[in-house]
Amino acid sequence: MDRQSPLRLHVPEPTGRPGQTTDFSYLQISPAGAIRRPPLEASSRDTADLANALIRVLDDDGKAVGPWDPKLTAEQLKKGLRGMLRTRIFDARMLIAQRQKKTSFYMQSLGEEAIGCAHEMALEHGDMNFPTYRQQSLLLAHDDAPMVEMICQLLSNQRDPLKGRQLPVMYSYKRLGFFTISGNLATQFIQAVGWAMASAIKGDTRIASGWIGDGATAEADFHTALTFAHVYRAPVILNVVNNQWAISSFQSIAGGEGTTFAARGVGCGIASLRVDGNDFLAGYAASRWAADRARANLGPTLIEWITYRGGPHSTSDDPSKYRPADDWQRYPLGDPLERLKKHMIAIGAWSEEKHAAMQKEIEAEVMAAQKEAESFGSLADGHLFSNSTMFDDIYKDVPEHLRRQRRQLGV
Amino acid sequence: MARMTMIQALRSAMDIMLERNPDVVVFGEDVGYFGGVFRCTEGLQAKYGKTRVFDTPISEGGIVGVAVGMAAYGLRPVPEIQFADYFYPASDQLVSEAARIRYRSAGDFTCPITVRMPCGGGIYGGQTHSQSPEALFTHVCGLRTVLPSNPYDAKGLLISSIENDDPVIFLEPKRLYNGPFDGHHENPVVPWSKHPLGEVPEGYYTVPLESASIFRPGKDVTVIAYGTMVFVSEAAAQETGIDAEIIDLRSIWPMDVDTIVASVKKTGRCVIVHEATKTSGFGAELMSIVQENCFHHLEAPIERVTGWDTPYPHAQEWAYFPGPNRIGEALRRVMEG
Repeated sequence: MDRQSPLRLHVPEPTGRPGQTTDFSYLQISPAGAIRRPPLEASSRDTADLANALIRVLDDDGKAVGPWDPKLTAEQLKKGLRGMLRTRIFDARMLIAQRQKKTSFYMQSLGEEAIGCAHEMALEHGDMNFPTYRQQSLLLAHDDAPMVEMICQLLSNQRDPLKGRQLPVMYSYKRLGFFTISGNLATQFIQAVGWAMASAIKGDTRIASGWIGDGATAEADFHTALTFAHVYRAPVILNVVNNQWAISSFQSIAGGEGTTFAARGVGCGIASLRVDGNDFLAGYAASRWAADRARANLGPTLIEWITYRGGPHSTSDDPSKYRPADDWQRYPLGDPLERLKKHMIAIGAWSEEKHAAMQKEIEAEVMAAQKEAESFGSLADGHLFSNSTMFDDIYKDVPEHLRRQRRQLGV
Repeated sequence: MARMTMIQALRSAMDIMLERNPDVVVFGEDVGYFGGVFRCTEGLQAKYGKTRVFDTPISEGGIVGVAVGMAAYGLRPVPEIQFADYFYPASDQLVSEAARIRYRSAGDFTCPITVRMPCGGGIYGGQTHSQSPEALFTHVCGLRTVLPSNPYDAKGLLISSIENDDPVIFLEPKRLYNGPFDGHHENPVVPWSKHPLGEVPEGYYTVPLESASIFRPGKDVTVIAYGTMVFVSEAAAQETGIDAEIIDLRSIWPMDVDTIVASVKKTGRCVIVHEATKTSGFGAELMSIVQENCFHHLEAPIERVTGWDTPYPHAQEWAYFPGPNRIGEALRRVMEG
């Protein structure tokens, strides 16, 4: 070793930039069915290998294989597929609405639909998700998803449940176990732990599920959440959605190079799994394992979901400026919708005709919801909550200084 | 009526609220088994169990973050930040989360937390155990900031804060924990047992938020102060013989504007006192409020007596501290104006 050689700063790069072909070998993909399923009582140490492998159930032929196969009924599979399809169609319609300037902003979840749909199916009514901005599938997984209200929120119109105060997609649905989305990253992760601690303090049976992206794991709140979840053995699931990209920065800039985000959980004493996020069956099985553990007072589980952000970060960026345009087509773990559909057809529970019919039905459902929502106006046409409501809900009651400012505004 | 220090009064408030409301939980660094570095929570874990009164990791962001999550669940958390100087890692959870959850969710979720933290200097705490960051909180819409000056108010205000449905920053001037302090650090410490405001009912009572008190009635000049500075201002009034009306704000924000305005309109003169640094301190806001509401009644320019715009020094503590002499000089200048 030359002790006189100058030091060099390592700045990670993705394995593909525009004009290049991404080398996806960094993903460390395990064969479907190859990874063991430990007992619920597993300690964090017992999961060290799982945090560095990739739990998969669906193989390339659409067969469900291995110990993580949740053996769902045809009805459950259909419900999952319907939720994923609803999410994809909803996203596509809202993207168009944004281009038509009906809404100011949108964030689609293309390619990540399986994660929320599978997870929501493994949770129970009363549990509480603490989502980020790309977990609309947690809401749209429900056959009675409040699509009209959601679109009213996107349009910031007179029926927006959030009264025009939040950017589009920052939903809040306490009744559906969906905590108000912040927009500041990572804050919800430690809050999920707090909610779960409260449930344990009260001797309740409900559990919490926190969500964060690979990029935001670099925030202090992520590490704090892991520490508190471990210390108090909180009944919480800690989900890291690793979709490879923040806006333009690759997951290696968040610290994913040469390690996994699931491995951080093991280091903190938390049982941790690394799961194929584009595999609905693996997603359900892992979520169910984590939920059962939490409900049995066995403490938190961290799940790293390996997926790929199929679209732009939001309607405000153009991904072809920072990553190869064909990445999503070349992503080795495929399209979660196509994979579940293929499996259902392979086991004789589904057909192209049924799929086409379902697609048509959901398209009509979303269009009807959009039409109804648009009848209440939009940001563009000025059918908004009145300016005077701006001064409400800052405190429970409006204090004198805000009454004065409201008068100054003349409303 | 019992005799209590401010520490005992605060403990009594938490004891009563833990007893009355099963949703109240108390936690923080060293808060559980040990009872807090200032002993405010001593005995509460033994009485209520360690799932309601417990120690936390050294992580202010985590302490406030879990409090926000617990409040979303339906609890009424009362976390402690060991020193106000340590709250900065929790800024995002206070500013972007606690303060705005009701607003951003249009009332779908709320955040009734009371974050206690000792503040202020006068104990040779140096620059990391002496700060008075109240102005930072008042700049955040959605937070309430409360700062009592004596055991009676401390207990009544803490109970009101815990019962309040908004997030409350509850600042405790640590120099007053064991007795009133007039700024003459060379004098022996006076215990609360010898001061009338050390008389505190054993049971439940409240002191309303957004309500200032006339700490000392007077006719010459209005002094607006809070916390330790209330007693220091009182000493300055006595030593100068100027008949100052001293207002103890008690709730820093939202606050009781009417009491200030009525007093300044009566006296025509105003001195504002706080221990925090001067520039963009809460005194600047108080000056604006007085100017906006009392301009035509003022007979002299408003004076501010504050800490210097320096970190709180250790060895030079008493040169930093806005003591009775500096306040007395300001009172004289205002009277001559």
